[in-house]
Amino acid sequence: MSAASSWARRATLIVGFVFLYAPIVILAVMSFNTSRLVSVWGGFSTKWYAALLENEQLLHSAKISLAAALTSAAIATLLGLFAAIALARFGGFRTRMLFFGAVHAPLVLPEVVLGLALLTCFVALGVGRGFVTLVIGHVTLTMCFTTVAILAAMRDCDPALEEAAMDLGATPPEAFVRVALPQIAPAVITAYLLAFTLSLDDLIIASFATGPGATTLPMRIYSQVRLGVSPQINAISTLLLALVAVALGLAALVSHWRVRRER
Amino acid sequence: MNAPLLSITNVSKKFGAVVALEDVSLHVGAGEFFALLGPSGCGKTTLMRCIAGFESPDSGTIALNGLDLSGVPPYRRPVNMMFQSYALFPHLNVFENIAFGLRRKGETRDAIEARVSELLAMTQLSNFGHRRIDELSGGQKQRVALARALAPRPKMLLLDEPLGALDRKLREETQFQLKEIQRLMQTSFVIVTHDQDEALALADRIAVMRAGRVEQVAGPMEIYDKPATRFVAGFVGETNFIEGRLERNGGAAALVAEFGRIPCEPCDLPDGARATLSVRPERIGVAREGEGIAGLVENFVFRGETTLLRVRVAENVVLRAAAGYGERHAIGDPVRLSFPPDAGALLAEEPGDEGRNERAAQ
Repeated sequence: MSAASSWARRATLIVGFVFLYAPIVILAVMSFNTSRLVSVWGGFSTKWYAALLENEQLLHSAKISLAAALTSAAIATLLGLFAAIALARFGGFRTRMLFFGAVHAPLVLPEVVLGLALLTCFVALGVGRGFVTLVIGHVTLTMCFTTVAILAAMRDCDPALEEAAMDLGATPPEAFVRVALPQIAPAVITAYLLAFTLSLDDLIIASFATGPGATTLPMRIYSQVRLGVSPQINAISTLLLALVAVALGLAALVSHWRVRRER
Repeated sequence: MNAPLLSITNVSKKFGAVVALEDVSLHVGAGEFFALLGPSGCGKTTLMRCIAGFESPDSGTIALNGLDLSGVPPYRRPVNMMFQSYALFPHLNVFENIAFGLRRKGETRDAIEARVSELLAMTQLSNFGHRRIDELSGGQKQRVALARALAPRPKMLLLDEPLGALDRKLREETQFQLKEIQRLMQTSFVIVTHDQDEALALADRIAVMRAGRVEQVAGPMEIYDKPATRFVAGFVGETNFIEGRLERNGGAAALVAEFGRIPCEPCDLPDGARATLSVRPERIGVAREGEGIAGLVENFVFRGETTLLRVRVAENVVLRAAAGYGERHAIGDPVRLSFPPDAGALLAEEPGDEGRNERAAQ
């Protein structure tokens, strides 16, 4: 390979990365800027983070978002696990194709439509919107992702393993917990982390599903940005970014560990 | 045989329109090594899964020690199975795999420790207790699967193609080990296989199955020497099918084929009945001259201890005969084939067999 083409390849890579990540890096850097102006670098400071700790509104929203993400991810993972078991182990039951389609539909359904549908449903049923409806909305959104992730792992897990466990005296639930679950555990953890991040940064579904008492962090940030960018928003966004990065990093570690274990 | 350990009575099973088992009845004795032999799709695996409890028969009963097993789930049957894929638990080490069944029975730590050590020793895996499953060779995995299935002291062990994944050399060695272990444990083994050599080598008795039915149940020698049906004769070992008419003359009987008269043992078939004689190649005497049916050597294959000859005895009949060690024949040599009276097994003409005459003549 000639030096010129090697250079060209490296340059393409750099341009690509800059395009993807420069805005995020600038956001993170600006959160440490003493100056209030984005265009002026006034020196390094963590004062915006300190100010953040006193911003009750933002902190409250952050708590709502975290609680909603933790809860909805747990429910979505559990439901996804059940759906995957049904699809992978129950054979060709009646309405299996319909169920398969229904579980996967939110993957391609426009979020605005899903959000509007949820809102219509809540209003029609007379359910007051708040934290509970927010969680329900996020479960609806993330369950298809958890199902897909767990189903793939269930399909790789030989049903003969569970049969062997039953043959050796384990009841069907015991066989599943002792033999199948350890095989698919990394996928279940990955599914949880995926659902967690999806819920944490969701703006659209939350706007439809939640009520006045439970404003999520992305909603708060979005509404404040419309009034002008405060460096505090940069700071909280950087924290949010770090949290998502940690979650995704964990997911990658878990699947890496799984691949290594399979060797 | 004493009262049978396992009694299968008139068991039938259908999957949709496909008949997997049709009116199967079998008995397996305590401490017996029993083989279910047949080509793929003959229902042998379905029968084994019915015994283990993973499938339930549409009709008929399966009883163990006289107790009907219908409705008893797999985890309450005193029967263990060694899976074709071994189905070892990848997240547990060798020790924990073998201990799995014992832990489900709630045995004490000491009892589990002792039993697993005993089985590790028996399967020559004593130093492998802490190994992970993916660190084992194929043969070692096979032995772990065997030890795991034997650990809870089942009344009967089911083995689904246990040697299928091993290479040829290891397979023979493992056959001896399996026989030895079965003799030591005095447990009934039921093995499912499509490999006739494996069934003949291992089993005390063999059930040959075809299309969901049992064709014959007998010891290996009887299966080989006195096959009950044309299918059994053709499936187990090599054979010649000779078509003809039976001629009875007092006590002696003979089959008159188009190329000559072949003496055979007395039988129940009436004089003049159409019949087929199955004769193993090695039971046919081959000589250069003298008595017997004349033929020409058309081809030969050297097999080490014998040389398999293809001898044309009539325009459209070629017989396979095995010449003994040291005998040399060239293509085109005239030979004489002789048939001892007990060499063949007479098979009555079965409905639906007519179309296969050509194959028999090959």
